[in-house]
Amino acid sequence: MAGMVVIGAGQAASQLVASLRTEGYAAPITVVGDEPYPPYQRPPLSKKFLSGELAEDRLYIRPAEFYEQAGAALMLGVRATRVDLEAKTVTLATGDRLAYETLAFTTGSRVRRLTTPGADLPGIFYLRGIADVKAIQPHFQAGKRIVIVGGGYIGLEVAAVAAKRGLKVTVVEALERCLQRVTSKLMSDFFEGVHREAGVTILTSTGVHGFKAGANGTVIVETAGPQLEADLVVAGIGILPEQEVAQAAGLVCENGIVVDEFARASDPNVYAIGDCSNHPNPLLGRRLRLESVQNAIDQAKAAAAAICGKPKPYAEVPWFWSDQYDLKLQIAGLSMLGDDLVVRGDPASRKFAAFYLRAGAVAAVDAVNAAPEYMIGRMMIAQKKQVDPAKLADPSVPMKALMG
Amino acid sequence: MPKITYIEHTGKEHTVEVATGLTVMEGAIKNLVPGIDADCGGACACATCHVYVDAAFAAKTGEKSDMEQTMLDFANEVNETSRLSCQIKVTPELDGLVVRLPASQH
Repeated sequence: MAGMVVIGAGQAASQLVASLRTEGYAAPITVVGDEPYPPYQRPPLSKKFLSGELAEDRLYIRPAEFYEQAGAALMLGVRATRVDLEAKTVTLATGDRLAYETLAFTTGSRVRRLTTPGADLPGIFYLRGIADVKAIQPHFQAGKRIVIVGGGYIGLEVAAVAAKRGLKVTVVEALERCLQRVTSKLMSDFFEGVHREAGVTILTSTGVHGFKAGANGTVIVETAGPQLEADLVVAGIGILPEQEVAQAAGLVCENGIVVDEFARASDPNVYAIGDCSNHPNPLLGRRLRLESVQNAIDQAKAAAAAICGKPKPYAEVPWFWSDQYDLKLQIAGLSMLGDDLVVRGDPASRKFAAFYLRAGAVAAVDAVNAAPEYMIGRMMIAQKKQVDPAKLADPSVPMKALMG
Repeated sequence: MPKITYIEHTGKEHTVEVATGLTVMEGAIKNLVPGIDADCGGACACATCHVYVDAAFAAKTGEKSDMEQTMLDFANEVNETSRLSCQIKVTPELDGLVVRLPASQH
């Protein structure tokens, strides 16, 4: 029996295997992954794995025995190069061909690469996989100068680990502020302040023009501002959906593989899950492409249910987190969907939350060391809860009281 | 290695050895104990690794951080023995630990 072929061996693939078996899927499952590792967690890569606090085997989402017991074959270190939707086959880089009855793309995303001159010099790194971190780690030594291109979550998380390790850290951001594409000016100002306090130099509105080899293996970074000399450069300038094989096969792709609320792509036998999928979110009333663990897990559950003939729409409030220094940032919803900002608590106390309201209802929350605000905020978003902004802004009014 | 017994909400027991330094959550995942999702992988961000710690081990499992306590406040079926298993580090003292899993994570 042809069964299920899953292209991509990350968070979504691991969850899909688990959920398919829970839902009663009985046919064989084959998971094809181009990295040599079994499905692993990516969030710690720029945090505790980079810092060395977490060993590699602790990244693995499930042990090898799980896949054995689930009857899921992992084909690792091999790339799927072509899909034939008519013949229902997947061709691998080895030339082998796998037949499928149902196909899932859990291909995730790949880093956006620098296109500036000199971007291929040694000493310039990206951070997406285990291998990337292993390449960076030998250079991650106290006293070394690191230039981080891009002040998004990845860049700032790397900056936090580097600063704690004692590297001399400079973050170069082309936009006016760090985290500009993902959050409000209030949060950007807060995180920039935290990093500056930790000794990180942050240059905003500073595009990178190119790279040159310096003396002794250093990299000269030419920017719109000062010229910087670095022992290593890490670029975190965003990720792109890994959709080329799907697109070449003829599946509809538009900023991700286009799927419906059951994770079904434009071919009835094909699903796309996680970072690589562009899906509708009925709660938010719009299509999204999300880069998050939550999305990989919850969409995989919805896909498994649909594949097993028990379709249940995928409709969850997106959530994310970031760890930097002593700060746990927990995010629910999409702040860009809010019109009004309500701040609860004092950012200077390093414990506060920013709520984003749309037509009087909570649309998103960024909570720093503030779990109640995050957890209740998430419920409020799901319920489109109307709140009194004055009460929401008053930390003496318990969050639970606002749900009543 | 310390032995930990995980009891599913159905009463099914899993007694396994877990290396010190790992968390009680990781011990469950590595040994295929169902009922602990741990969506966030141990970042104390999702409250899907909720367990009830046997009273005899309450002191040995350490103090709850404020973050853990507040995350637990919003989990289902919480009582005074509730913990997030990703926040309990396995130590030699935890040999014989018994944790029960809530039905809501089934």
